Amino acid sequence: MNTFTDSLVNGVDLSIDFAGIKAPNPFWLASAPPTDKAYNVVRAYEAGWGGVVWKTLGEDPAAVNVSSRYSAHFGKNREVLGFNNIELITDRSLEINLREITQVKQDWPDRALIVSIMVPCEEASWKHILPLVEATGADGIELNLGCPHGMPERGMGAAVGQNPDLIEQVTRWCKQYYSKPVIVKLTPNITDIRAPAQAALRGGADAVSLINTINSITSLDLDNMVAKPTVGHQSTHGGYCGSAVKPIALNMVAEIARDTPTRNLPISGIGGVSNWRDAAEFVALGAGSVQVCTAAMLHGFRIVEEMKDGLSRWMAEKGYRSIEEFSGKAVTNTTDWKHLDMNFKTIAHIDQDKCIQCGRCYIACEDTSHQSIAQLVETSGAKRYEVIEEECVGCNLCQITCPVENCISMVPQETGRPYMSWEQDPRNPFRKAS
Amino acid sequence: MTDNLNHLPRVGDTGISEQVLADNFRDLHPPLTERQAIIESQRCLYCYDAPCIEACPSDIDIPRFIRQIGEGNINGAAHTILEQNILGGSCARVCPTEILCEQSCVRNHDAECQPVLIGLLQRHATDHMHFDQHPFARAADSGRHVAVVGAGPAGLACAHRLAMHGHRVTIYEAEAKPGGLNEYGIARYKMTDDFARKEVEFLLEIGGIELRYGQCLGDNLSLAQLHADHDGVFLGLGLGTSRKLGLTGEDAPGLAPATEYIKELRQASDLTQLPLARRCVVIGAGNTAIDMATQMARLGADEVTLVYRRGIDAMSATGHEQEIAKANGVRMLTWARPLQVLLNDQRRVVGMRFEKTQEQDGRLAGTGETFEVAADAVFKAIGQTFANDSLSDPLAAELERTGDKIQVDEHFRTSLPNVYAGGDCIASGQDLTVQAVQHGKLAAHAIHQDLLAKQEAA
Ligand SMILES: Cc1cc2nc3c(=O)[nH]c(=O)nc-3n(C[C@H](O)[C@H](O)[C@H](O)COP(=O)(O)OP(=O)(O)OC[C@H]3O[C@@H](n4cnc5c(N)ncnc54)[C@H](O)[C@@H]3O)c2cc1C
Ligand SMILES: Cc1cc2nc3c(=O)[nH]c(=O)nc-3n(C[C@H](O)[C@H](O)[C@H](O)COP(=O)(O)O)c2cc1C
Ligand code: SF4
Ligand code: SF4
Ligand code: SF4
Repeated sequence: MNTFTDSLVNGVDLSIDFAGIKAPNPFWLASAPPTDKAYNVVRAYEAGWGGVVWKTLGEDPAAVNVSSRYSAHFGKNREVLGFNNIELITDRSLEINLREITQVKQDWPDRALIVSIMVPCEEASWKHILPLVEATGADGIELNLGCPHGMPERGMGAAVGQNPDLIEQVTRWCKQYYSKPVIVKLTPNITDIRAPAQAALRGGADAVSLINTINSITSLDLDNMVAKPTVGHQSTHGGYCGSAVKPIALNMVAEIARDTPTRNLPISGIGGVSNWRDAAEFVALGAGSVQVCTAAMLHGFRIVEEMKDGLSRWMAEKGYRSIEEFSGKAVTNTTDWKHLDMNFKTIAHIDQDKCIQCGRCYIACEDTSHQSIAQLVETSGAKRYEVIEEECVGCNLCQITCPVENCISMVPQETGRPYMSWEQDPRNPFRKAS
Repeated sequence: MTDNLNHLPRVGDTGISEQVLADNFRDLHPPLTERQAIIESQRCLYCYDAPCIEACPSDIDIPRFIRQIGEGNINGAAHTILEQNILGGSCARVCPTEILCEQSCVRNHDAECQPVLIGLLQRHATDHMHFDQHPFARAADSGRHVAVVGAGPAGLACAHRLAMHGHRVTIYEAEAKPGGLNEYGIARYKMTDDFARKEVEFLLEIGGIELRYGQCLGDNLSLAQLHADHDGVFLGLGLGTSRKLGLTGEDAPGLAPATEYIKELRQASDLTQLPLARRCVVIGAGNTAIDMATQMARLGADEVTLVYRRGIDAMSATGHEQEIAKANGVRMLTWARPLQVLLNDQRRVVGMRFEKTQEQDGRLAGTGETFEVAADAVFKAIGQTFANDSLSDPLAAELERTGDKIQVDEHFRTSLPNVYAGGDCIASGQDLTVQAVQHGKLAAHAIHQDLLAKQEAA
């Protein structure tokens, strides 16, 4: 079964078969600068990445990039919370890219190599490029229907990805003129992600990957009244990625995984994957592989070592023998609001031994939640914070703002009442008669 | 002053280089870099009803100024500090934060065991503020004129706050420089780069404050006159006199009050010219004793011994200060009290005889056992007392006192109408710079309120 030499990490087999594309591990580099050319891709394979999606190819003449391209949303300690770019697709000629892809695939036969493509939304363009890509021997293609900046102004990228009919059409052409797996990369700049996913499925896609970047302006230069990154005295919106987008990506992956038409469609999860835990979360919500861009751009390719190590140790601890075994395990527990148990009740509990009396829980609940924490002053003058259990609605706010780990815990209460959804709830004026 | 030490060799005689000396008297706690300040500011939890504020004698809104630092708003942070404590810059350097704000920081708890470095953050904000105009405005001129005696932290803080209220202020200062112990007393490695003078210059920018030097109450100035000429008088006299050991030989060459030596050390432009006690004994247990011992060690003394009549736990110097002394090689001898000054034929100090002590039924008693410590000089740092000469004119003599200190009510009013007092010279509280600033500020509020009340009554 397992033909890879290096898919066993800490005794756990990390290999995957994603929509027919095999890889020694689920960690792929997303189509972006890290996969721009053979030099980078070879370094990535050497570092241990299971696969790469080559930087998006286009028709000649190649795209031309501007100078000053990235900006970031920083945390207070200068950690990069989110990353923004205004780059276009590859700025190298099609011929050079194809030649390098062919060579790399020959040299690294057991690593996944997927070619990202974006050409005008005309059958002739696709009909022309697909056989050239097929000839490289790469394992599959990914349709870049999501680039949110620059390319849509030319009728490509997100301009296609925001129109389900066009997605279906392009996917169909690809299936017609290309024999290997076709992955459709979705843009998050859309109201309901299920529509483009269904369109891809209708067009015959073997898988979807998501998310591409989100329209963004990260920050401004307030002295010169211009957004970043600046090009001369101007700027333009870019595409947002990095750990800040993970929650958005996770939701979109889950939406597709639990949507009836697409529930069996393989998903490559992308967006803010920075460590093994992020990867495990994407897999738990239905992803079969994950793709990484920003984390690698910030730290280099070596991070894959920690990712593989962490994931495999966690899997061993949990008894999972393969990625497949826990893929989608959290999907069934992700549901619509209306199915949540109205009778479930949880209450905040403060561990007084751990409490450092910072008062954050108190002021948070007092000012903005349910006035459920009492501030008591002891005779020594020391403060004591106590939950007023009758008032607590179990919102988690105090637990979130508390700086001490495990100091506030949310304790489920025994109500003695059975599961009852909103649809069954007598307080629901539109309750379905049962 | 330290003529008493003129027979000693000079610091430079040991061959210690100026570079080494300069290094020894650089900032004890180096300031944070901008990056360090940002990172440290992130450790603050922005507590609600923050315990650190309660522990700050001058009521600085600590979480607010730290958050402002974190948001890159240095001027805002400085303003938050200075609006409560106009000497926030010196307090950031001299406050024993380990027994004040930082002791109360919630980050001390198990989870981290390390307080937010509030003092250093306060220094960061006040060091890096940049105002085109003085950040506090004077209210419209009230037509009132208040006398402040003493340009120490208490007097300066009082004067600044009075100026904010629109009152004209004249400060009468006995010395030739302002700042009080900020200028003459605080250890040199805590107040580097002439900071005390710069801070006073900044404070005076508010306008409406006149500073007169060489004006000494009880000498060329009388309280009766001040009282007659002004709408109010604030006394911020500090504690001018060092307590005596009460032993014969107290005036012998080689015996000097620590504060006087420190004063010379602070004013010295060339440290190599200072008298050096190669073997030095310091008697006392407060921060002055520690400062004296540590500074003499840093000047190049071979042997510095600090002697205290009780145990380590009873020392008023904080644990942190004791550590500094130890780190500088100061030897601490406890449970011993001075018995006799040892003199040679020339009647110069050559050492000190001590008697061992113990506690009996809660009282300190000698055990009868004695020992001697050889020394080229002995410095006493057993506390400062009020300089009675200051209050020698007939009106001043009427002031009610508690012990030797001036008695005040909770609004810093003395027993005489329109006369207020604060800082080290009054009875209550710890003798700390930050405490003096708070007294001066609150006294200014009281003076202002009382003046308003009189105006309404009239
Ligand atoms: C050696 C030493 C080290 C210290 N280290 C620290 C420390 O690290 N941290 C800390 O918080 N505190 C420290 N202190 C205490 C701190 O310096 C004082 O609490 C603070 O300076 C008190 O301020 P003040 O304005 O009341 O008095 P002072 O600072 O003493 O100022 C009094 C002013 O009044 C003037 N004056 C006195 N008499 C008259 C008169 N008759 N007429 C006119 N003017 C007069 C004086 O010349 C002086 O300028 C230290 C004290 C000493 C002695
Ligand atoms: C500089 C940059 C260039 C990118 N170029 C492409 C591209 O050419 N094709 C594409 O499909 N996605 C492109 N992306 C999007 C990434 O492949 C990925 O979908 C996105 O960054 C989210 O993943 P991350 O949070 O791990 O970065 C680019 C992203 C960055 C930061
Ligand atoms: S869970 Fe929400 S409502 Fe309950 S105490 Fe905490 S903050 Fe208040
Ligand atoms: S937030 Fe946590 S540590 Fe702070 S007072 Fe509340 S329970 Fe205590
Ligand atoms: S106690 Fe510490 S953490 Fe809390 S506000 Fe004060 S400095 Fe910040």
